[in-house]
Amino acid sequence: MPVEILEPGLASSIQDRGRPGYYNVGIPPSGAADLRAAAAANLLVGNPLDAAVIESPYMGPVLRFDEPTVVAVTGADMPVMLNGEPAPQWESFAVAAGDQLTFGFLRAGARIYIAVAGGFDVPVVLGSRSTYALGGFGGFQGRNLKKGDVVPVGRPSGGVPGQVVPETLRPVYSRDVELRVVLGLYDYRLTDAGRSCLLESEWTLTPVADRTGFRYSGPVLEWEERVQPFGAGSDPSNIVDAGYPVGSIQVPGGVEPIILHRDAVSGGGYAMVASVISADLNLVAQCSPGTRTRFVAVTLDEALRARADSADRELKLRQALGAAT
Amino acid sequence: MTQNIARRTGQSRYSWGGDEHLVVQFAEAMSLEVNFTAMAVSKILSEDRIPGIVDICPANASLLIRFDPDVVPPAELEATVRAAEEKVAGSPSRSVETRIFEVPVWYDDPFTNETGARFRDRHQRPEGNDLEFAAVENDLDSVQAFIDAHSGSPWITSMVGFVAGLPFLFQMVPQERQLELPKYLRPRTDTPALTVGHGGCFACIYSVRGAGGYQMFGVTPVPIFDPEQRLADFSEFMIFFRPGDIVKFRAVDQAEYEAIRAEVEAGTYRYRQRPVTFDLDRFLADPDGYNTELLEALYAS
Repeated sequence: MPVEILEPGLASSIQDRGRPGYYNVGIPPSGAADLRAAAAANLLVGNPLDAAVIESPYMGPVLRFDEPTVVAVTGADMPVMLNGEPAPQWESFAVAAGDQLTFGFLRAGARIYIAVAGGFDVPVVLGSRSTYALGGFGGFQGRNLKKGDVVPVGRPSGGVPGQVVPETLRPVYSRDVELRVVLGLYDYRLTDAGRSCLLESEWTLTPVADRTGFRYSGPVLEWEERVQPFGAGSDPSNIVDAGYPVGSIQVPGGVEPIILHRDAVSGGGYAMVASVISADLNLVAQCSPGTRTRFVAVTLDEALRARADSADRELKLRQALGAAT
Repeated sequence: MTQNIARRTGQSRYSWGGDEHLVVQFAEAMSLEVNFTAMAVSKILSEDRIPGIVDICPANASLLIRFDPDVVPPAELEATVRAAEEKVAGSPSRSVETRIFEVPVWYDDPFTNETGARFRDRHQRPEGNDLEFAAVENDLDSVQAFIDAHSGSPWITSMVGFVAGLPFLFQMVPQERQLELPKYLRPRTDTPALTVGHGGCFACIYSVRGAGGYQMFGVTPVPIFDPEQRLADFSEFMIFFRPGDIVKFRAVDQAEYEAIRAEVEAGTYRYRQRPVTFDLDRFLADPDGYNTELLEALYAS
């Protein structure tokens, strides 16, 4: 049972939980930028967590269904319409053959997730259905969705309308965000003033914000003076090219920090000074340009506790939606 | 908060990239010795198949490990990696099993020259092309002398990444003979796929078309990234380069470039490659003599 893409939105792509294990040759993990919202969408329609969904930033697509099925939309706050009539978010609903799903203007957050019972059935490449557009593989023909694409859907394993994510388990998106970071990596290259500036300043997300990275504007960070080591390049923010953790924050030239996200470039020659903790990467994915952001330093132990809390929320979500645990 | 700030033990610096990554900086400067350490530690960790380690990414002078802290606690992971590092440091012989292969290059080709001309306003030297700039910067008296230096000695793959399958290559000659060049003043928004580039002390081959800041010298007709896995050399994996691979560039003219392209299109092209053991100490004792041996192994029939 395929779904037809009548309009693709801005950069809609097929994503699942990602493609671990190939970062050593430059293939990023990919996967839904907001894994938690994608998981909720899948659970609502009775899919396993690793089923593929559509991720759409800022603007929804227009979809047409060829057969009756069950659909759910989660993530960013954006009006959902079925044949022009309001349909719910964070709740599964039935669609009939020929039905069209459309979306209104973004109200909060940045990315919506659309799950269909059975999941989008694109080929598995290196263990994942996620799109890696830069490498031209995965997802639907290795690229973002285009008008006229007909995306196959797998056989549903369940899925009923009227499943609801309880209010308490839904995120609330704000234009003022705190991101927890673990300092380290090459942060010794910053002066004390540079490190303080990173943590004490308000940063504003620029329009350069996509699955590869999120770039912020704000003050200039100061680096320690030094004679650069052999092979590192001449700018004080340069290092001998190294691997970039997903979530790491680099500051090329000391201006405009970049948080690498799930389609990260895997390495390069800019010093990384901190990393957003795994529990907050979903939140980064729901930030739109203009979002005011502060980086809050936490310890590794605190990051691990936040990770456990995040896992606990997912467990609660599974329980609330009656999924096997 | 102090426990997050990089700790130093001996030469190496261990630091956490959030709760899923460990970065080990073996040294701040690039050298073949430190790259060898990164590769050797990675190899031990790969062979030990430690549960909870998701990715082991050796880089030029460092190592990035992605892990699942729900399976392997950070302290346990750190102890494991430190033990691997000590094992490498204490090992009497420093050698790795790898392979050597040839990459044909059409230097001074129209594709990179056209792209270079289009982005000249981002370059340090308005006149000429990147090869002419490279010759001048390295005190060589002609472009041909630069091409001879570039294609005369082997290079080792010190890192694979940035984007899928892109190799960083470190020239296997003493530091004073290594070719060095600054990157473009501002990055280009376009680079032809399969461009042979150079930035700092590293060569690279662009696996896909896209942005880039390295100087551009030529193009290779052979694929290094083949998601459709058409060629026999890609039957097991879509990416050809692996960390530790040794590469010999060979200058080809337009006619040979086109002949190789035809073989690639027909699906019949095979890399010339041979397995070799790379012995770091023997290389360091006599780089030119050791390189001659490596090349003899590559070209032996």
